[in-house]
Amino acid sequence: MDDIDRRIINALQGGFPVVERPFAAAAETVGAAEEDVLARIARMLGEGTLTRFGPLFNADRMGGAFTLCAMSVPAAEFERVAAIVNACPEVAHNYERAHRLNMWFVIACDAPGGIRAVIESIERATGLAVLDFPKLDEYFVEMKLAV
Amino acid sequence: MSGPLDRDIVRATQAGLPLVLRPWAAVAAQVGASEEEVMRRVRAMLADGRIRRIGVVPNHYALGIRANGMSVWDVDDAAIAALGPQVGALDFVTHCYRRPRRPPEWRYNLFAMVHAHTRGEVEAKVARIAAVLGDACRAHEVLYSVRILKKTGLRLA
Repeated sequence: MDDIDRRIINALQGGFPVVERPFAAAAETVGAAEEDVLARIARMLGEGTLTRFGPLFNADRMGGAFTLCAMSVPAAEFERVAAIVNACPEVAHNYERAHRLNMWFVIACDAPGGIRAVIESIERATGLAVLDFPKLDEYFVEMKLAV
Repeated sequence: MSGPLDRDIVRATQAGLPLVLRPWAAVAAQVGASEEEVMRRVRAMLADGRIRRIGVVPNHYALGIRANGMSVWDVDDAAIAALGPQVGALDFVTHCYRRPRRPPEWRYNLFAMVHAHTRGEVEAKVARIAAVLGDACRAHEVLYSVRILKKTGLRLA
């Protein structure tokens, strides 16, 4: 990674232009050629330095719904439960965390009513309770990572 | 809200924008609309918040930012509306939400995600959040990630 890569990461986490030649506009911001910016983004995606490039949608405003869930999973059952949870297409992220509540996952559905059904199916399949933490308010969520 | 063309644009771009010099034209070809119309719809989705932002999403882990602490806070309900935005505005907080308490299992109502290179760095940042919340905070914990079990992009219809 060189300075231009860093400038791309720092300057283009938002604000990618919605114009015919967006890489040309972005190129001016980062001080590189249009083709170079495109090639670098493609390279960083391939290397895994970037996980994504494009629009980030707000599921709530698309008519969908998100929630954060947590479970307390006994160590001996952890892999079995993780496999059940991960098999749900509505589960977007799942993290093991160091806590009594040791499994934390995000459910994303097209419609708000879908969340409850996914939670109930996970509870039935695992025999464990799922705590549901829907967002009540959001305080300025933005990627501000600087490298 | 979203019409059929918007939905098609979401489907065509949720895995990422085409890596070509005119990506909006490539999306337009996929959804059977003009480039101008696609850009108009995308600008409208940005304006009303259906699109949060457009750009690159860095992989924290690949960039060496491997300590990921979900800090959770028991904040006085009367103070959270004023203090939440101050926590969210800290430059190292990437997500900040008010969520329901679940007594007796869970007393915390403010969640702030902190990313850093090391746990020591996370702890220093958590101390700054504690300073912002002051007496309005009765307790807090930091839940470190041990392992990513699943991570996929958001998938909509």
